[in-house]
Amino acid sequence: MPTDLEIRASDPQTPAPVRELKRPDREFVRFTRLQRALHASMIISFISLATTGLTLKFSYTSWAATVSRLLGGFQTAGFIHRAAAVLMFGVFSTHLYDLVQHKKREKLSWLGLVFGPGSMLFNRQDLNQFIGTMKWFVGRGPRPQYGRWTYWEKFDYFAVFWGIAVIGSTGLTLWFPVLFTRLLPGSFLNIATIIHSDEALLATGFIFTVHFFNTHLRPEKFPMDTVVFTGHMPIAELKRDKPLEYEALVKSGHLEEHMEEPQPEVVVRAIRAFAWCALSVGFCIVVWIIYAMVFAYR
Amino acid sequence: MFSSSSRWPAAMTLLRAALMLLLAWAPASAAGPTNDDCLACHSDKTMTVKRGNRTVSLFVDIKKFAASVHGPLSCTNCHASLDGKDLPHDPGVPAVVCGSCHSDEQKLHAASLHGKAIARGDALAPHCVDCHGNHDILPVKDHRSAVTPLNIPFVCGRCHREGTPVQMNRKIDQHNILENYSESIHGEAVMKKGLIVAATCVSCHTPHSILPHTDPNSSINRRNIAATCTKCHAQIEQVHRKTIRGELWEKQANVLPACIDCHQPHKVRNVFYSQGMADADCMRCHADQHLKARDGRNLFVQIDDVAGSRHAKVACSQCHSEVNASHVRPCETITHPVDCSKCHEEIGQQYQRSRHGQIQASGDHNAPICKDCHGTHHILGKHDPISVTFPTNVPALCGGCHREGQKAAVRYTGRQHEIIQHYTESIHGKGLAKSGLTVTATCTSCHTAHLILPRTDPESTVNPKNVPATCGACHHGIQEQFVQSVHSASVTKTDKELPVCNDCHTAHQIRRTDETGFMLDIMSTCGRCHGEIAKTYFETYHGKVSRLGYTKTAKCYDCHGSHDIQRVNDPRSHLSRANVVATCQKCHANATRRFAGYLTHATHHDPAKYPFLYWTFWGMTTLLLSTFVFGGIHTLLWLPKAMEMRRELRAEEAREAAAENGSLEQASNNDRKDGNHAH
Repeated sequence: MPTDLEIRASDPQTPAPVRELKRPDREFVRFTRLQRALHASMIISFISLATTGLTLKFSYTSWAATVSRLLGGFQTAGFIHRAAAVLMFGVFSTHLYDLVQHKKREKLSWLGLVFGPGSMLFNRQDLNQFIGTMKWFVGRGPRPQYGRWTYWEKFDYFAVFWGIAVIGSTGLTLWFPVLFTRLLPGSFLNIATIIHSDEALLATGFIFTVHFFNTHLRPEKFPMDTVVFTGHMPIAELKRDKPLEYEALVKSGHLEEHMEEPQPEVVVRAIRAFAWCALSVGFCIVVWIIYAMVFAYR
Repeated sequence: MFSSSSRWPAAMTLLRAALMLLLAWAPASAAGPTNDDCLACHSDKTMTVKRGNRTVSLFVDIKKFAASVHGPLSCTNCHASLDGKDLPHDPGVPAVVCGSCHSDEQKLHAASLHGKAIARGDALAPHCVDCHGNHDILPVKDHRSAVTPLNIPFVCGRCHREGTPVQMNRKIDQHNILENYSESIHGEAVMKKGLIVAATCVSCHTPHSILPHTDPNSSINRRNIAATCTKCHAQIEQVHRKTIRGELWEKQANVLPACIDCHQPHKVRNVFYSQGMADADCMRCHADQHLKARDGRNLFVQIDDVAGSRHAKVACSQCHSEVNASHVRPCETITHPVDCSKCHEEIGQQYQRSRHGQIQASGDHNAPICKDCHGTHHILGKHDPISVTFPTNVPALCGGCHREGQKAAVRYTGRQHEIIQHYTESIHGKGLAKSGLTVTATCTSCHTAHLILPRTDPESTVNPKNVPATCGACHHGIQEQFVQSVHSASVTKTDKELPVCNDCHTAHQIRRTDETGFMLDIMSTCGRCHGEIAKTYFETYHGKVSRLGYTKTAKCYDCHGSHDIQRVNDPRSHLSRANVVATCQKCHANATRRFAGYLTHATHHDPAKYPFLYWTFWGMTTLLLSTFVFGGIHTLLWLPKAMEMRRELRAEEAREAAAENGSLEQASNNDRKDGNHAH
């Protein structure tokens, strides 16, 4: 290492190999500003919830005690957990509000919103694409032509949708046990605990492994796909990954409306830094979960 | 008094009376001079004779003689040498031999100090007549008798008082005998109150068998003195029971103080004397700082130590018994070490039963004896702050042996370690050392000072059976609650071992119960017996928070109580139907009965007891597993294809870059051509 530095210092003419990023003039806009903000908020909220919540779930590991102390004790951790939950509820309701606004903007009927081409709901095309993908995986066919939302993206979306509903409702029960037991039997708190905790485990486990792989870590995107943070993706990528959407846009002639100047370099850097942090914390949590579930389970 | 005569006094009196009647009848047949013949001369009051340089009257008062015990006898019965002789007889009549009739008394007297002195030719030695008189001898019970109890002190005192030739010229250890006696409780009774049953000289010394106290047969020998005193003080053992066990007192007088060690001869009072037998005598040698025993022990005694000690009023010889005042070194007869149980009898018995005493009895010199804890001459009471047995000094005292590595700790095989250190850090130790609370429990508060027994001994104060009472000595209110709780042996009848105070609070590390450590450890403490229920507690929110190391959550005793734990179906329980809501409300204000239905020990591993939880858990687990399996397979299948795509992409990028570079080069070539062309 010191030798390397010496060599480098003695030869200032040779610049460090920098991978020059070719910055395209215009990029395709996949996510709106609000959607990006919601995703970022959700990351903060989700990681906070997961970290604080898992200290309780894995209280039998020494890790948990350490993390709990780092966070300022179980009461502070609990406060963070609830604050993050409020943020999550905020994200959820903002998204629902945005859906309604979207419906108004696009002058869609309720049916159109739910079953239209941009809908997140699963449809026949998703089933076909899923079967096609399976064939592609085993080498029995070409890569299917995906549209705006692939079936795994829809799965992720509904996993969160379902998760917020289930974890949120049980979480509220546990937050206000006295209030809820005015209606429900006391033992429902026990059931709520199990559901809340296991569903949370599912959510964290799924997000930090499957979702991470599907969107960031799969080799052609490695180490990450920043589209959800910048909102932009190169047109070539759209052409390759979402050919159906691209073709539809080209056919309708609206493609240019969806093109924008790329984000400034500094913004992209900040976004990458943030994404790296989120990814790292996510991985740590996965390691912790595996350790707690496999090696320290009691 | 050890002769048969003293044992059968009534019989002897009868026998003697019979003998006298026989003698009285005898002169009728004798030929010798009659009493009247003798009195012909001896009724002359002026009749004297010179013996040596003394003039002795030969007058016989016939009235007195007739009234005397010997009245019925004729003169020649005693003056036997004149029997059958003609009168007037020759001078130089041999002395009367009383022993011809009083043979027992004669024998005793001959063997006595007085008799031997006569045999030696000691002119000061008393003969029968010196005490009893001659012709006017009256029965002892006659108050006019010379030897009636009231006169005895004066009879003996004629020689045994200050200033007499006997007292000045003969070696007699006691001084001021008559004077002291007259002031003694016995002397006062006899001489002032006329109590004829009170002890006179002869009561202790016997009338005729007067022997030095060094003689084993003497009535005042150490071995016999108890028997002598108990002739009158028959029930004295009862009085001295606290001090000396009655039987020991008589059988092993050598190891015990004799009556006279406390109640000095001739000075007997019903109080102890401040000055003992001979403290000053002891200090003649033991004041020497360099006095050494043969084995090298220093025998120096700092007399001020004793004076300032609890034993200030105890004489040397009361502890160092077996001294013999007739020796030049009275202490050379000592064969046993000081036995404190002579006075501290009850404590001595406790010590004998204690572990210390048992080890000591087995001949192990490691065992502590009285002086190892209490010291020797400078013993101070436990209330004296500089005493080694003052509460604040007790841990260090016991620690001398029980500290880790010391002789008691080394041989100890039990579970307690670092005892002294743990105690010092415990609430009791801090209370004692830091807060200076002398009422705090020290070693002896729990283990007792003298009856120290291992916990396995049913009599031990630290035996589980006795621990509640031991702790309850101070923590009375707690004990009251505890004995009614489900953990008390008086409530729960079981073969299993029930917990007592130290099972939760430990023995030596007792902490404040509001310390985080204690609060967090209580779960595993309860869990030692209630294993399953503790495990399920840790599956709930309360358990998880406490496992993380925080105490602001419900712990066992917050719901179940601590010392007043009852079965949950007991109406007195904090968790009974009537009390449970209030118990929850301690933390959860506004808690309702429905809220109290929360399963605080729920587990999702018991389908029989908690089917809802069980199936919820397995439903969730199935959901998790299937999702992860699906996601996992999907990902794994995707991976090789994605790698393939990555390679293709990179290849394409490379191609594009190459193509771009190529076009750029072409463009610059064109520029050059254009430039050339322009030129």
